[in-house]
Amino acid sequence: MAALEQLEKEYDAARRDPEFTAELDDLLKNYAGRPTLLTEAKRFGAHRAGGARIMLKREDLAHTGSHKINNVLGQVLLTKRMGKTRVIAETGAGQHGVATATACALLGLECVVYMGEEDTRRQALNVSRMRMLGAEVIPVTTGTRTLKDAMNDAFRDWVATVGNTHYCIGSVGGPHPFPMMVRDFQRIIGVEARQQILDQAGRLPDAVVACVGGGSNAIGVFHAFIPDTDVRLVGCEAGGDGGGRPYRTAATLGLGSPGVLHGMRTYVLQDAEGQTLGTHSISAGLDYPGVGPEHSWLKDAGRATYRSVSDSEAMEGFSALCTTEGIIPALESSHAVAGAMSLGRELGPDALILVNLSGRGDKDVATASAWFGV
Amino acid sequence: MSAVTTAFTKAAAADRAALIGYLPAGFPDKATAIKAAIAMAEAGADIIEVGLPYSDPVMDGPVIANAVHRALTNGTRVADVLDTVGAIASAGVATLVMTYWNPIAQYGVDAFARDLASVGGSGLITPDLTPEEAGIWPEVSARYGLDRVFLVAPSSPDHRIARITSACSGFVYAASLMGTTGARSAVDSSAVGLVERAREHTGLPVAVGVGVSNSEQAAEVAGFADGVIVGTAFVRRLGDAISGEGAVSAARDLAADLAQGIRRG
Repeated sequence: MAALEQLEKEYDAARRDPEFTAELDDLLKNYAGRPTLLTEAKRFGAHRAGGARIMLKREDLAHTGSHKINNVLGQVLLTKRMGKTRVIAETGAGQHGVATATACALLGLECVVYMGEEDTRRQALNVSRMRMLGAEVIPVTTGTRTLKDAMNDAFRDWVATVGNTHYCIGSVGGPHPFPMMVRDFQRIIGVEARQQILDQAGRLPDAVVACVGGGSNAIGVFHAFIPDTDVRLVGCEAGGDGGGRPYRTAATLGLGSPGVLHGMRTYVLQDAEGQTLGTHSISAGLDYPGVGPEHSWLKDAGRATYRSVSDSEAMEGFSALCTTEGIIPALESSHAVAGAMSLGRELGPDALILVNLSGRGDKDVATASAWFGV
Repeated sequence: MSAVTTAFTKAAAADRAALIGYLPAGFPDKATAIKAAIAMAEAGADIIEVGLPYSDPVMDGPVIANAVHRALTNGTRVADVLDTVGAIASAGVATLVMTYWNPIAQYGVDAFARDLASVGGSGLITPDLTPEEAGIWPEVSARYGLDRVFLVAPSSPDHRIARITSACSGFVYAASLMGTTGARSAVDSSAVGLVERAREHTGLPVAVGVGVSNSEQAAEVAGFADGVIVGTAFVRRLGDAISGEGAVSAARDLAADLAQGIRRG
């Protein structure tokens, strides 16, 4: 609790400090490669999304291959500012772990990443990347051995090491101030995309689509559009492979109920007694039984809608983008791609849809090869 | 006066610290946990904390985390926790429930307080609840005569210690080591300072937990705190035992050893 108060205070001071924001802006531009491109997916839109005009926000082109670097650079600079020397992180797909390991290498900080054992197997490439970058990767063998359990172990580490350690949470979840701080570091996605789509298409999109696990890329791209009430905000949750049955889905907003998990009050996949339910998604990054509290608010306020995308729909989206655009999306982002395919067919050829392509799919080629039998 | 307050008063009258033992309901099984808790009380534990098994015990180390996972896998439900509390309290032992907040929120704060009070439970220890987030719990606990025990830690600044201790009743739980539960080889020196700081803000007893596993450490902590809380060491003994009877006698032996320790402290 004291650490959270310290973090809130330091973050509040940092974001008003021109020196801090200048340093972060410089890293985002000259290290992470911002602004990322906005690419029109013409063949994909014409052939796979009902003729709708689809614009891809290319977070897959950011350094380390996903939007995660935006948040991590901010938090790691904050770690140095607080005088701490060690950073811990949880990771599901490994994208946040890789980004954290990268930023720690850049700034000379010790880095430990907790990752569910199940995820170290299915995202083995990212485990190797983290180790190359000098991070220690600790496979987590408790519970369901996925993202939720990695987060549990990261919290356990942090309560024992809080004096010299910052816990760099990768999503818009956890206790305050994390959801707000991570949102602030990710909102650059939507700020850029809003201006880019005005420049390139001459108008705001009819809908903004993003995948939602914890929800950081979705909040990042949604946030700048919240006041634009004519723009639909559509989150795509991982429906899994069981038609929404418990343990075979990760569609928290669609199927969960309000509860408390990891220090936040939000929708949770849980049983009647408040025990967290195990989840399943083909994408490790969406395989999580909670969701950032701001998404719960957007859902309850009716400002955003959330739909479930199954494993097989996501794989269809994955394949469609590969073969029509020459872009291999992450399995997480493939849920947003699949969501855009159905939304495009619903809205028709006049529609303009912005899709946040949150990460690239190199890490997923083994899973995809097994799925498609190639 | 709550049974917990009575237990602390009795210990203080005997010029010693109170011994508080923890075990999760349903571990290694429901009946053995009840017998072990009663045996602990017979051997000198003044207060029993019954853990409510939860799927994501982020404040617990591997020994307790594995035990509650087993309890859940065995099918332990909230009703079993209430049964367990009822059985221990019926034996005349002051019994609290230690629980993460989500199961209480889902059960309903008022309903849980009502049912806990009706089986003779004394209150709740809530490691992941801050007074700011406690909602109706202070009012509900007062209505049912239940104690509210929140945690202070060495990292808590004085303004938080003031806030937390003023929200407590029964006693204040001082987490002596920064970290999760689990027996340590040495008692952390920050515990002494934490107890002193807590006492500046409250007249309630201050009990120290997290890290005590043998009579020497119990004696040391009893020298400066009003209560000594032992959890992981009991759970480890229960887990190591090869039979239910073995588990009960192991718990009894450890409680007797610790009870001797606090009388030296």
